[in-house]
Amino acid sequence: MSDVINTQRSKRQALGPYGRVGKTLDELDDRLGIAKGGRTFMDKIFPDHWSFMLGEIALYSFVILLVTGVFLTLYFTPSQALVTYHGSYLPLDGQKMSQAFASTVNLSFAVRGGLLMRQMHHWACDIFVGAIVVHMARVFFTGAFRKPRELNWTIGTTLLILAILNGFLGYSLPDDLVSGTGIRIAYSIILSIPVVGSYLGFLVFGGNFPGTAIIPRFFILHCLIVPAIIVGLVGAHLFLLVRQKHTQFPGDGRTETNVVGSPMFPVFMAKTTGFLFIVGGITALLGAFAQVNPIWQFGPYDASRISYAVQPDWYMGFLDGALRIWPSWTFHDWGHTIPFEVLIPAVILPGIIFNLAFVWPMLERKFTKDNEIHHLLDRPSNRPKRTAAGVAVLTFVCMLFVASSTDVLAKFFDISLNTMLVAMRVLVIISPFIAYPITYKICRELQGVVGGGKRKTPNVVSRTAEGQYVATPSPAYVDDVHQGLDATPVPTFITEEPVVEGENGVRVVDR
Amino acid sequence: MSDSHEHRTPVALKGLSADDPHLQPAAPNPQLVEQVIAVCFVLGALCIAGFGACYWIDAQAWKLGATMGFGLFFLGVGLVAWGKYLMPRGPFVEERHTLANSSADRDALAAAIVERGGGVVQRRKLLGGLLGGGLGIFGVVAMFPLLRSLGPLPKTTLQHTDWKKGSYVVDQSGRRIQVGDFAIGSITTVFPEGTQNSDRGQAVDQTVLIRVSNEGFTTMKGRESWAPKGYVAYSKVCTHLGCPVGLYEQELELLVCPCHQSMFNVRNGAIPQFGPAPRPLPQLPLYIDSSGFLRSQGDFHEAIGPGFWERA
Repeated sequence: MSDVINTQRSKRQALGPYGRVGKTLDELDDRLGIAKGGRTFMDKIFPDHWSFMLGEIALYSFVILLVTGVFLTLYFTPSQALVTYHGSYLPLDGQKMSQAFASTVNLSFAVRGGLLMRQMHHWACDIFVGAIVVHMARVFFTGAFRKPRELNWTIGTTLLILAILNGFLGYSLPDDLVSGTGIRIAYSIILSIPVVGSYLGFLVFGGNFPGTAIIPRFFILHCLIVPAIIVGLVGAHLFLLVRQKHTQFPGDGRTETNVVGSPMFPVFMAKTTGFLFIVGGITALLGAFAQVNPIWQFGPYDASRISYAVQPDWYMGFLDGALRIWPSWTFHDWGHTIPFEVLIPAVILPGIIFNLAFVWPMLERKFTKDNEIHHLLDRPSNRPKRTAAGVAVLTFVCMLFVASSTDVLAKFFDISLNTMLVAMRVLVIISPFIAYPITYKICRELQGVVGGGKRKTPNVVSRTAEGQYVATPSPAYVDDVHQGLDATPVPTFITEEPVVEGENGVRVVDR
Repeated sequence: MSDSHEHRTPVALKGLSADDPHLQPAAPNPQLVEQVIAVCFVLGALCIAGFGACYWIDAQAWKLGATMGFGLFFLGVGLVAWGKYLMPRGPFVEERHTLANSSADRDALAAAIVERGGGVVQRRKLLGGLLGGGLGIFGVVAMFPLLRSLGPLPKTTLQHTDWKKGSYVVDQSGRRIQVGDFAIGSITTVFPEGTQNSDRGQAVDQTVLIRVSNEGFTTMKGRESWAPKGYVAYSKVCTHLGCPVGLYEQELELLVCPCHQSMFNVRNGAIPQFGPAPRPLPQLPLYIDSSGFLRSQGDFHEAIGPGFWERA
């Protein structure tokens, strides 16, 4: 008996103070030299702020997309060959449809868990694009895109475009009536490009619309090529994040030269893994309880059929809205046609919006002459012009999105389509100009509020022995004791009107 | 709760003693938090097991999703709470190191590229040019099979449909339309005989046939003979983005495209009355043969569908 104990103890001693884990790490370090870098990685500090998890939502919904997507590829047949459906969904029995549609219906109804996986995949995509947009807004409004992070901003914007593109390719795959109409519109948009449009269209579609090549081509793009690029860019995005370290809000010992927060191991790992589960859980619940894209109700695609209230997924809405409200200006002369009614809203307009996003860091550097390295974030209200410009662009895009449902809105409000159309044209044009000054004003107001953006502390009212009531403000919460937000240097472009110190320490802002 | 407001200065992780307050759990009452987390994990595990059971018995999709969703959710909430309340509360600080190197290091890199590499290339301009030319030609040549194999050239495909002189007008089931078939106000989708089941027929040749009156009917000048006995036929492909113009407002005699709400007036040659469509729907000239069948006089008078560069 004692022999056994001695043997185990001696074994333990032979393993060293850190046991099996230490031994394994030793072996790994012998071969890979991971000890130093590994320790640095484990000690890596992540700042804590709720807004920093928006990007995590995007990352984890992408993980869900990959997992559920692999499941779907096992049962989906990317073919436009016609088959007669005799499956478990009886209302479609005997109908002619493409194999793509039939296999999507089959994987929804005949494969165990198939419907859930499909719905989760669709929801995860909607969340993915949404999270990217909100994450991008966070980065924009807090100035996190400034030097040295311009490259990561560019990668992020590219990821948004790829996410939208892959979403479109993906929901086109089932070859149902609604998505087929979307492909038809995409084909017409390609056709609208001057000089090369019809050639491009024929190359992409393997001939005139619809042909038989588009579903298999979209399949390989959607499942391999675009995701491979996204994976590569996400890797680069995260590598740059680690290399340049995370930004942080100022305050409480946080400076331009440090990072304050929780360490990678175990705190951040636990929180972020938990967050992955939460995102997965919510996606599964959406997949369970919120029906999305019920293609069996739309029916298989037939180029001569269509349904009422045709709308794309939400992230394509702004394009559809632009197409609806743009006037029917066209050029037709000298034996040629330039369909401006399509070219401008569907090609040039998104080109302008995304290119503006790409060049914004450069533009801002040019205007502010601010070429410094920034690791501390801005409060949006302290950069009123940037914030107002961002809100104006977002308002513009949101209004285009609203314009993509003119027919539904006209029906809902019981007004004529014409009124609705004119209203949307007016709103799209003027709302950014309304949004800019309002946002600017709000930002300036917030700057003038003492303790603006901080929680209010209570007044403690006490009674003295003489019966007099005295109100004393209680001290500020520790979290709110900021050290001011003086990111250096203040860009010259942002001409802040001087804040006048008035009576009783109230700051007066010229309005 | 007052504990969480206690002021703590951020410290570096390295060299921290085990009893440092920064390494203590953030929660003032760790036992209670641990119990709550344990409940979360138990619920999560039960739900995940329930997912397995639902899968086993092939339950409905919503049951699969609910069990998996709540399972992952509870596990996630527990894990986040563990990280937030029971792990070292910090805050910890890490120094940033400037990414930029010293100017000497930069110069060394620039020198390596310019002096070692650039010098060699600059002295061998001919070789560099030849190699560049070869690679350039390869790039262009490689484009041919990559691009050209993707599809045929458009040629005049987009300019024509399959409507020929004398094509019988048939409906989706292939039945030839006869002059007595339609009441006034009726509408249907028709094709040139033989294309009604093909992809191209459905996409390109699709045509709406409407009977607007009993008499011969003229939509516009020069089209006096195109609508015999009140049968008017227009291309069903919207001139905006190619959606099928699938809605018909019978009282106002408007064809409506459900995609972007372009409206075309059937009586005056399908001129767009509303919406983004730039052109009327092309009209198909019809005639009635001696047996009373509707047939086409020929193709549409212009290219159908949305605009493109070569469209004359």
